[in-house]
Amino acid sequence: MMLDTERNKHYNEYLQNKIPKTKPWPTLFHAFWVGGTICLLGEIIKDLLMFWFNDMTVDEAGVWELVILIVLASLLTGIGVYDKLGAYAGAGSIVPITGFSNSITSPALEFRREGIIFGLCAKMFVISGPVIVLGIVASIIAGIIHIII
Amino acid sequence: MFDAILYLKVFLVGGFVCMLGQVLIITTKMTSARILVTFLTLGVILEIFNVFEPIKEFCASGITVPIIGFGYSLARGAIQGYETFGALGIFTGGLQAVAAGIAAAVVSAFIVSLIFKSKTKR
Repeated sequence: MMLDTERNKHYNEYLQNKIPKTKPWPTLFHAFWVGGTICLLGEIIKDLLMFWFNDMTVDEAGVWELVILIVLASLLTGIGVYDKLGAYAGAGSIVPITGFSNSITSPALEFRREGIIFGLCAKMFVISGPVIVLGIVASIIAGIIHIII
Repeated sequence: MFDAILYLKVFLVGGFVCMLGQVLIITTKMTSARILVTFLTLGVILEIFNVFEPIKEFCASGITVPIIGFGYSLARGAIQGYETFGALGIFTGGLQAVAAGIAAAVVSAFIVSLIFKSKTKR
């Protein structure tokens, strides 16, 4: 027992030395401007859609906006650009919906070599699975709370 | 239609939300899946307390593009599903609201992985 805690302590010290040291302030700024720019890009896409298609409602355009951002992020992941962006921007690339798309495409790409059915398709939701599971559970809880209140 | 002040608000709020995520990463060393789940739950909670709509009116994509908006869509879908279809709507509404997003993500991930080779690890 004593040996375990001793070893854990050593391991933690080792880990502290191995983790790349980044200054927190610049990464905050990177996350801020990259995240803000992605949101701004979404808003511009929405406005352009409503400008080109006169009969499109705001809600429809909002859904199309997300679909376009998701497909774009997936393509950027495919050509390897999004991972570089992620290394620079941190949460700025994770928190927008593009990060959700990246978290689906990235394992799909990675496990492609294990085959299409058991690699690509089976491992696709390895990161974003929790998002969908907890999202569905939370939405049903929200519905139930709505009935009670 | 192209509103510069709205764009500024979108940029500032969207950036602020992402910066909050970065604060979480720095202070708790959360992985990306946990960050996504945390913000998703935040969106659901905001919708339960009816706070999301006013924020959305203020800054549009600044709050709907972050994953918070995904949680909001799920929760709002379930609530609206109950209003229109009764109890069954709670089960169908949430997924219906985000179906476009999930389908787009799955299909594009599938096609992209068939076309491109993984670049991150050699």
